[in-house]
Amino acid sequence: MIIHLNHTNAGAISSTIRKARRSSGTASGLVFTLVVMVSARRYEEALEAALQAGREHPSRIILVVKGTGRTSKLDADIHFGEDAPGDVITLRMGGEVAEHADSVVLPLLLPDSPVVAWWPNESPVDPADDPIGRLAKRRITDASGVTHSLQALRLRAEHHAIGDTDLTWTRLTVWRALLAAALDQYPARISSAKVEADRDNAPAELLASWLESRLHVPVVRTTNDGPGITAVRLTTAAGDIAIIRTDGLLATYEVPGQPRRKVALKRRSLTELISEELRRLDADDIFEAAAATLVKRWDNPDRTKPKKARA
Amino acid sequence: MTEHVNPLRDPQDRRLPRIAGPSVLVIFGVTGDLSRKKLMPAVYDLANRGLLPPGFGLVGFARRDWADQDFAKEVHDSVKEHARTPFREEVWQQLLEGIRFVPGEFSDDQAFETLRETIQELDEQRGTGGNHAFYLSIPPSFFDDVVGQLRRHGMADEKGQGWRRVVIEKPFGHDLRSARELNDIVSTVFPPESVFRIDHYLGKETVQNLLAFRFANQMFEPIWNNNYVSHVQITMAEDIGIGGRAGYYDGIGAARDVIQNHLMQLMALTAMEEPTSFEAAQLRTEKQKVLGAARPPVDIDAHTARGQYSAGWQGGEKVKGFLEEDGIKPDSFTETYAAIRVDIDNRRWAGVPFYLRSAKRMPRRVTEIALNFKRAPHLPFTSTDTEELGINALVMRIQPDEGITMRFGAKVPSTQMEIREVSMDFNYGGSFTESSPEAYERLILDVLLGEPPLFPQHEEVELSWQILDPILNRWAELGGPVDQYESGTWGPQSGIDMLARDGFVWRRP
Repeated sequence: MIIHLNHTNAGAISSTIRKARRSSGTASGLVFTLVVMVSARRYEEALEAALQAGREHPSRIILVVKGTGRTSKLDADIHFGEDAPGDVITLRMGGEVAEHADSVVLPLLLPDSPVVAWWPNESPVDPADDPIGRLAKRRITDASGVTHSLQALRLRAEHHAIGDTDLTWTRLTVWRALLAAALDQYPARISSAKVEADRDNAPAELLASWLESRLHVPVVRTTNDGPGITAVRLTTAAGDIAIIRTDGLLATYEVPGQPRRKVALKRRSLTELISEELRRLDADDIFEAAAATLVKRWDNPDRTKPKKARA
Repeated sequence: MTEHVNPLRDPQDRRLPRIAGPSVLVIFGVTGDLSRKKLMPAVYDLANRGLLPPGFGLVGFARRDWADQDFAKEVHDSVKEHARTPFREEVWQQLLEGIRFVPGEFSDDQAFETLRETIQELDEQRGTGGNHAFYLSIPPSFFDDVVGQLRRHGMADEKGQGWRRVVIEKPFGHDLRSARELNDIVSTVFPPESVFRIDHYLGKETVQNLLAFRFANQMFEPIWNNNYVSHVQITMAEDIGIGGRAGYYDGIGAARDVIQNHLMQLMALTAMEEPTSFEAAQLRTEKQKVLGAARPPVDIDAHTARGQYSAGWQGGEKVKGFLEEDGIKPDSFTETYAAIRVDIDNRRWAGVPFYLRSAKRMPRRVTEIALNFKRAPHLPFTSTDTEELGINALVMRIQPDEGITMRFGAKVPSTQMEIREVSMDFNYGGSFTESSPEAYERLILDVLLGEPPLFPQHEEVELSWQILDPILNRWAELGGPVDQYESGTWGPQSGIDMLARDGFVWRRP
């Protein structure tokens, strides 16, 4: 069921939800409020991802879509019922009210439960100090969702606050899990590491930073044609532990003295990423350390420019 | 030398899943229903979620004239049909490299020799590291053969760095004696910590949800005892009949099939004290303590009930009675409904009966644990005000839609004073269950990781039989005919009477 409200306000939206819920008799077991700040252009994609994620974590989803119009207006679509796991509220605002989006969102937050803010594309420079960001316990940005993702990631890393996270980091989980498992199985001392990926690849930069922050060895970043991250090599005395993925799907996995094996390593969908992100709402110290290393690496002239891969 | 610490791991880094180490999973009875519908899809789902190691081998063993690729096709089809996660070719490619099949009988020495060679070859080609898990998806009567063969062909002993594990499924015997015999067979070859007993009704998620609910909260513990609770009802109802499983079910019955393992575990989790930690050993200690304190009723006839479903209508379908099912002897006294009272003799639960019931052909499929509370000592209302007030209850729903229900009295609005029972529901998630991992995925992953905390060990199995044996013996003594209950109803009159004797009634779940 979708209810449209034109020229409305937070009070009217709240009472509509209450009435709708009473007539359908559903009990509320929603666990948090997810506020999505999205442009009209990317609305559908973000809505789909939020809905899918909401199936795993029943929640109230508020999508804030800011228009360009100059007249102050607030329209709402309330999506409610069987196909949506919780309540989905789309707020379209323009003009003056758009500058006070937090005043609309605040009364609509579920009582006493956590708030998560998500900017799928452009995000404020300092999310923790943004009016919506301040309402949230967890702030999700996505450096890969904008044109200059490396710069965006750098900005995120510089302004990192507790509760901030970036989907660039989430994209790395499968790589990180495989690398950690490789070292579980082959506990050798690592003398250096190398991350190969296409140019301007933000995840690769972050992966290199994570490796450096954990291993305390030089981590070289080389560029090629991609797609995405194509290889990670950890050098040991006996040879390289390597995970090589040239097609973005199926990787080969090499450990010194063991047969070469295949492993599926797919780039994950936005839905999977956001679902993982919503599973934990506590501070992510490991990301913080990796982000700090990223800033350090950036400022270190030796590593500023990604080196060309040796042919 | 200090133990090597993986620099890429950190306890704070809770995103990183644990991936199983390189290993081979050998499934006996691979052509069975369980294997096709559950095990093989679960293996694929694990691979798809990135939780299987790059070096993983899957070996099928069965009495079929198949080559590796025939078996691979079988796996492929079952995965396509039953897997929970979408089919992806690259994941399949990863699995396919490690799939092998060994044809043969359980008594065939040559076949087990081939199996040993196959596993060894996988160790070398795929780097599976000498780690082998054997899943016995076969009737217990074959355990002796298979376990013996594994020993004779040198596949059971751990040499060097690899591990050996064996997975067995319920029923773990049909009484205390047979459970011990079964355990003797397995334990001569595998040490206790390498034996994984799987109760597929009881997913790990469920157990963890129960533990979190009881021990992470402050508000329930004070009332979780005989000061407030009057009695506990644990129900597992199935809407189906015995289907094509007459051969298995006749002579087993509801008590052996479900109460001994599943309901006893649920009872132990509900009644146990708080473990000092959630480590395997601590959790088991607490469960064993409470099972050790539990006893069957003295007057078994008065405090247990059994029944068989008769022909009738179940949910709009006309169905046969148990005695008319194919393959069931017309004078069978195997019960399809079993209800028993168990008392727990400790400070917390003395005087609080636990009623365990399990049955087939009930109105609907449901598993739940209901704590029913005593009445308030004084009600400052007239008796007509509280006519509709039932008893307070806290219900832990296991399936379907796992969650918590609380029942309490509330005033009916705009009446003078009329109090009626209402419920408050919490669900673990609207459609949460659809995307939550299938129980078998957790089970297989735990076996490969060597994490046994929630699997019962043989002490628990034996304690459960000790409670059930006197009841089963008495029922055997009485023989037939067994009380009949119409299909699609909540059981025989004797079940209702059994609670009425204690002054209670069954909830309608």
